[in-house]
Amino acid sequence: MSKDRMVTLTVDGLEISVPQGTKLLKACLDNGIYIPNLCYIDDMEHPPASCRLCLVEIEGRPDPLPSCSQKVEDGMVVHTETDAVRLLQKTAFRLLVSTNHGKCRLCMANKHCAMQQIAKFLHMPLRTKKLRYIPKDMPEVIEDHPCIVYEPNKCVLCGRCVYVCSRQNYDFALDFARRGFNTTISFFGSQEEGVGDYCRNCRACVDICPVGALNFKDERDAFLQDLQAKISA
Amino acid sequence: MSSNPTPNEILSELTQAAEKQWQALQNPAVPVIYVGHATCGRAAGSQETIDGFKDALEEKGLEAEIITVGCLGHCYAEPLVTIHYPGFPPLMYQKVGAGEARVLVNSFIQGGEDPCFEYLLGALEPNDTFPTLMDYPRYLYEKRVIMDQCGLIDPHSLDHYLAVGGYQSLAKVLEKGDKWVVEEIKSAHLRGRGGAGFPAGIKWDIARQAEKTPKVVICNGDEGDPGAYMDRTLMESNPHQVLEGLAIAALAIGASRAVLYIRAEYPLAVSTIEQAIAAAKECNLLGDRILGTDFSLEVSVFQGSGAFVCGEETALIQSIQGNRGMPRYRPPYPAVEGLDGLPTVINNVKTLSTVPAIVRKGSHWFRNIGTEKTPGTAIFSVVGDVEYAGLVEVPMGVSLEHLIFEVCGGIKDGKPFKAVQIGGPSGGCLPESELSTPIDFDSLRQAGAMMGSGGMVVMNDETCMVEVARYFIDFTQHESCGKCTFCRVGTRHLLEILKGLTKGEGSDDDIAELQTLGEEIIKGSLCSLGKTAPNPVLTTLRFFKDEYLAHYREHRCPALMCRDLIAYYIDLETCARGCDACVACCPTEAIFTTSNRKKAIDQEKCVKCGECVYACPPEYDAVRKVSPPEMVPDQGIKPLDKEEEENNE
Ligand SMILES: Cc1cc2nc3c(=O)[nH]c(=O)nc-3n(C[C@H](O)[C@H](O)[C@H](O)COP(=O)(O)O)c2cc1C
Ligand code: SF4
Ligand code: SF4
Ligand code: SF4
Ligand code: SF4
Ligand code: FES
Repeated sequence: MSKDRMVTLTVDGLEISVPQGTKLLKACLDNGIYIPNLCYIDDMEHPPASCRLCLVEIEGRPDPLPSCSQKVEDGMVVHTETDAVRLLQKTAFRLLVSTNHGKCRLCMANKHCAMQQIAKFLHMPLRTKKLRYIPKDMPEVIEDHPCIVYEPNKCVLCGRCVYVCSRQNYDFALDFARRGFNTTISFFGSQEEGVGDYCRNCRACVDICPVGALNFKDERDAFLQDLQAKISA
Repeated sequence: MSSNPTPNEILSELTQAAEKQWQALQNPAVPVIYVGHATCGRAAGSQETIDGFKDALEEKGLEAEIITVGCLGHCYAEPLVTIHYPGFPPLMYQKVGAGEARVLVNSFIQGGEDPCFEYLLGALEPNDTFPTLMDYPRYLYEKRVIMDQCGLIDPHSLDHYLAVGGYQSLAKVLEKGDKWVVEEIKSAHLRGRGGAGFPAGIKWDIARQAEKTPKVVICNGDEGDPGAYMDRTLMESNPHQVLEGLAIAALAIGASRAVLYIRAEYPLAVSTIEQAIAAAKECNLLGDRILGTDFSLEVSVFQGSGAFVCGEETALIQSIQGNRGMPRYRPPYPAVEGLDGLPTVINNVKTLSTVPAIVRKGSHWFRNIGTEKTPGTAIFSVVGDVEYAGLVEVPMGVSLEHLIFEVCGGIKDGKPFKAVQIGGPSGGCLPESELSTPIDFDSLRQAGAMMGSGGMVVMNDETCMVEVARYFIDFTQHESCGKCTFCRVGTRHLLEILKGLTKGEGSDDDIAELQTLGEEIIKGSLCSLGKTAPNPVLTTLRFFKDEYLAHYREHRCPALMCRDLIAYYIDLETCARGCDACVACCPTEAIFTTSNRKKAIDQEKCVKCGECVYACPPEYDAVRKVSPPEMVPDQGIKPLDKEEEENNE
């Protein structure tokens, strides 16, 4: 199977051609068709399909499906903006927002946060009126890593950090912990010798986090100090 | 004939010896005592029963053989004991504790005088003197395909299993081949009993035709549904039947490795299965070159650490691989890409346990049981407010009404039926109007419930359906793996709303949110845990909407169950002067004596535990429960003042 064989499909009436084996989400994004997404990373073989934002309707399939987990097929007809799709996307977004801190001004990711981008795209506020706000039963800031801080009420549990970390030499410095609503990201073995230095050089998780829930402690401190200065000025 | 013996010839040599031993047991020279000693028996005290028999026999200097067997499914009657006294039919006794064991030894086993009718459940064989078990509705209506030997043979004896035809199906498949058995299972329309009802034959065929090797079969014995225990029972009561089914599945797809995934909370199932694997290996029924052929199967047990979601097949695979048990998106299905990326067939314990019978008796025989779309039997663990709780095996297609009222004897204490929750924690709650629904995968799904793993909770009219929905959502949101948005966050919102309702807080908007969010969680979730979790909410909303409305509009719990919405008071008309049976039971000393020396409840102090209801003697029956709490009548009660109290002493 040559990687170069091209597959032609129709998305929202537009005909696009992409290499065989491409994931539908990537095919759309590469062709200028935006679909909200949080948990997908390009080279993943089995995307987690967990954020449930990248839904699309494919003709011949009954319900909306996550586009990150579908491979393109010749002659596929895809719709990215049907009512059914938007309804579920908006609900998924509302649900994420309902556990979110909502203090964008105080966040390092302000203006380049994926949640802000999606809010704009879906015409949704970053505060939900319909659902009550339920913060996770955890401290605002968790500082048990030598140099990285984690903010559970910003985290959307996309799992990108877990994925990239597992790809680093440092096998699983990071993983999911706990269950259900209180699922969280946790640093394992972060008290071990050398972890701090390793992570400082690596920065993979901090850089991939779409919402600024992971940051280097010193960078965040500097940011907050700066902000404080601006506010008082 | 070739010089190499066929699998059948090797097996029949093993079987002959076993049969001889079995025959001897059927016409015993000394009394044989069978004691139900699976988990349910043990919980009811079967170990003391065994000791009781041993002690009494020793005292009297009598000889008898004691054999431990598994569970018959009549869990309400444990410890169950069957005594086969020479010259009598085998007689089954219920609730035999150490004391009853002694009586049975003294009056029956010693001399065969008095067969103790007072503990007798029935005879296991037709005869002229004793009623037989088959005369009970429970037995009459049951159809035992999977459980037919449970509770009758010793699970620790390979010989017992061989004597009742064990491993003959494996030998048959070894001779007829993989293609034949896949076709046979396909034509039997055997559907997976783990919940989804996917046709086992088709699953096997996909894995058989998958290119990658080696291949793997997994027996799913996770059984995480609270209240369901049929898989445990099968593993504890007839482990070789599971293993035979597993070996046939392996042969069918060409697997060389088999894993039994059993939850660690099932220690007896684990040890019983492990012992059975060792015994089967010893006799060349598992392991290398099975029954002289070139089919080999390495069988192992993996103990799961008990998360409900680990029963989901892709999460189960993650768990065996040493990762966090989180489902992954399908396709690819495990039959194509499963354990370690290899083609993997995962089947439920009941599915695999059905296989030997189908191979032995043929797909045609199997299709004649149950319905056209779902042939065979269903095993339910029926719990709740029902007369005879326990495991029942009935043909698919019988109605819920038949199962609850005929087979299980109806509602306990003659109370009215209210609802039945079917399919485990994410099954639906069906009201009386749906009782004619036939039990099979498709009909139940249509009614809003599901087959699930076969958990069934029967509820009487004292059960609040809002509270029931809250209870089950509390379970599923706790057990959610936390991976996907709808299930992780959505079920939590459902729970918050339901919690509010049970306290009388809520609005029309909340009810609308329950409905739409529930539907969206079903559509949007990644795995079936999320895709079914809202079922209890949606079905109770559909069938018991009034009850929801009463909670927030009138602050009233019609079933008088939600604590925040009820109150207790004492009816001065019926309360007996001078009686103080209730006073001591109250944990908060809320009950005081009135000026006319009756009792009353201080509402400020009462925590609504309900103890006083039970403490009040039935002839007075003076404690009343009402909802909303404002319904407590003003009875013009004055406490008996201190001085008077002292004078009276
Ligand atoms: C949350 C969840 C829990 C499950 N638990 C079990 C279980 O305990 N036992 C089981 O056999 N199947 C369970 N299943 C179903 C399995 O994923 C799978 O469909 C089944 O084991 C396949 O076997 P079958 O085809 O023989 O039914 C569960 C599914 C889900 C979504
Ligand atoms: S910095 Fe790198 S190694 Fe450290 S936790 Fe993040 S991804 Fe893992
Ligand atoms: S910390 Fe960031 S990258 Fe990691 S799961 Fe949370 S939102 Fe995703
Ligand atoms: S539906 Fe629930 S259990 Fe299933 S993957 Fe999503 S969060 Fe996990
Ligand atoms: S319900 Fe409980 S706390 Fe209230 S009066 Fe009766 S026993 Fe006491
Ligand atoms: S990007 Fe597809 S589900 Fe998250």
